[in-house]
Amino acid sequence: MEWLTGLFHSLLATLRDVLPIAVVIFGFQLLILRRPIPHLKRVLFGFFYVLLGLSLFLQGLEQALFPLGRLMAEQLTHPDFMQNGSAGLQHVLNWADYYWVYIFAFAIGFSTTVAEPSLIAVAIKAHQVSAGAIGVWGLRIAVAIGVAVGISLGTWRIVTGYPLQYFIITGYVMVIIQTYYAPKLIVPLAYDSGGVTTSTVTVPLVAALGLGLAESVPGRSTLLDGFGLIAFASLFPIMSVMAYAQISEFRARLDARKKV
Amino acid sequence: MLRSILALGKSLLNSLRDLAPIILVITFFQLVVLQQPIPDLGGLLGGTLLVTLGLTFFIYGLEMGLFPIGESMAQAFSQKGSVFWLLVFAFTLGFSTTVAEPALIAVAAEAAKVAANGGMIESSEHAMHSYATGLRLTVAISVGLAIVIGVLRILKGWPIHYLIIGGYAGIVIMTGFAPPAIIGIAYDSGGVTTSTITVPLVTALGVGLASSIRGRNPMVDGFGLIAFASLTPMIFVMGYGMII
Repeated sequence: MEWLTGLFHSLLATLRDVLPIAVVIFGFQLLILRRPIPHLKRVLFGFFYVLLGLSLFLQGLEQALFPLGRLMAEQLTHPDFMQNGSAGLQHVLNWADYYWVYIFAFAIGFSTTVAEPSLIAVAIKAHQVSAGAIGVWGLRIAVAIGVAVGISLGTWRIVTGYPLQYFIITGYVMVIIQTYYAPKLIVPLAYDSGGVTTSTVTVPLVAALGLGLAESVPGRSTLLDGFGLIAFASLFPIMSVMAYAQISEFRARLDARKKV
Repeated sequence: MLRSILALGKSLLNSLRDLAPIILVITFFQLVVLQQPIPDLGGLLGGTLLVTLGLTFFIYGLEMGLFPIGESMAQAFSQKGSVFWLLVFAFTLGFSTTVAEPALIAVAAEAAKVAANGGMIESSEHAMHSYATGLRLTVAISVGLAIVIGVLRILKGWPIHYLIIGGYAGIVIMTGFAPPAIIGIAYDSGGVTTSTITVPLVTALGVGLASSIRGRNPMVDGFGLIAFASLTPMIFVMGYGMII
C-alpha cells in the first residue's frame, strides 16, 4: 500500500507542475484568442495521459532506481571503497584513484539521458520537422554521449579542484568555433539540446554524485564544489550534437565523392 | 481493438528499451563493482514496471495533447496578428512554469545556505527565506524574458548564434564580477529551469510559429527557445548575487 500513497504524492506534485501551464494555456485561449480549442476532448485526454505518465514515471524512479543510485554514488565516493585495492595501505589518494567514479559518472550520465522524457520529446519533434533527416536515436545517442563526457569531466574537476569557470568558458569557446563549421540546420537544435538533457531523471542522480564526491574528497566543500555538474551536463551536448552533424555531413560528402 | 493493443505493446517495448541502459548500469555497479546484493529485488522490479508504464503514457499523451496545443496556439496567435499578446503569452508561459519548478526551489534553498555561509546575508531563517524567494523570482523573470527574446527572434528571423554568443559573453563578463560562491549555483541554474512538461510545449510553440510565418524554416528558426531559457538564468543569478 505504501507505493499507492507514494503514487498519490507524485500525482499531486505533477499536478502542481501542470496546473500553471494549464491555467496559462486555457486562460489565453479563452480570454485573448477567444476561439475553441480544436479537438478539445483529445487534447484533454492527452494532458491526462501526460499527467498520469509522469506521475507513474516519477513514482517508479523514486521507488526503485533513485535510492539505489544515490546509495551507489555515496559508496563509490567513500574513502573506504578507494582504499580497498591497496590492501590496507593508507596511501594518499590522487585523482587517478577515483577511476570508478569517472566510469560511474560516464555510465549514469549516458543511461539517464537516454531515458529522459523531454529529450525523447525534442527528438521526436526534430525528426518530424527535418522530414526524417535527423534520426530520433542518432540525436539521443549524441546528446547522451555529450552528457556522459561532461559529467565524468565534471567529477574529475571536483576531485582535482580546478575552478569551474575555466572549464565552462573553454567550452563556450569550443561551441562558438563549432558553430561556424557545423551545418546551419543543426545549430539551433544543438543549442536547445543543452537545456533539455537535465530534467527528471538526470538531475537527482547527478546532484547526489556531485555532493557525495565534494563531501568525501579532502579539501573540498559541498557548498562550493558540489555544484557545477549540471552545468557540464548542459554544455557538452551542444558540442556533441554539432559534432554528430559534422560527422554525418562529412560521411555524406565522402560517399558522394566515391560515387563520382 | 487488436491493433491498439499491438500499438500499446510496441510502445511498452520501446519504453523498456529506453530504460534498459539505466537498469544495466545500476545492476552492474551493484553486483560487480560494489559486490553487494540488490537490497529489494521486488521493489526494484515493481518500480521499473511503473517507470516503463509512465514513460509509455507520457509519450502517448505528448503526441495527443502537448504537441497539438502548442502548435495550434502558435497558429492562432499568428492569425490574430497581435505581437503584443504573443509576447505577453510567451512571458507568462516562461514565468509561470519556472516559478513553481521543484528543482529550482531546491537550488534556491541551497543558494541561500551558500550566501549565509559566505556572510552575504544574515544567517537567520527569515533572511535565507527571502533570499531564496528573490532568487526564484529572478530566475522565473529571466526565463520569461528568454522566451520573449526567443519568440521575437523567430518573428524577426534573427540568426540564433549572434544572440547565444552575446549571452556567452554576458556570462563570462558577469563571472569576473560575481562573488565566487554564487558561480557554481548560477551555472547549474541554467540547466534546472526547464521541466519535462515545459520542454515539449515550448518546442511545439517555436516550431508552430516558425512554420506559420512565411519565410521561416521550422528547423532553423523553430528551435532555440530552450537554449535562451537555459542561458538567461545564469546571467540573472550572478547579477542577483552581486546586488544582494
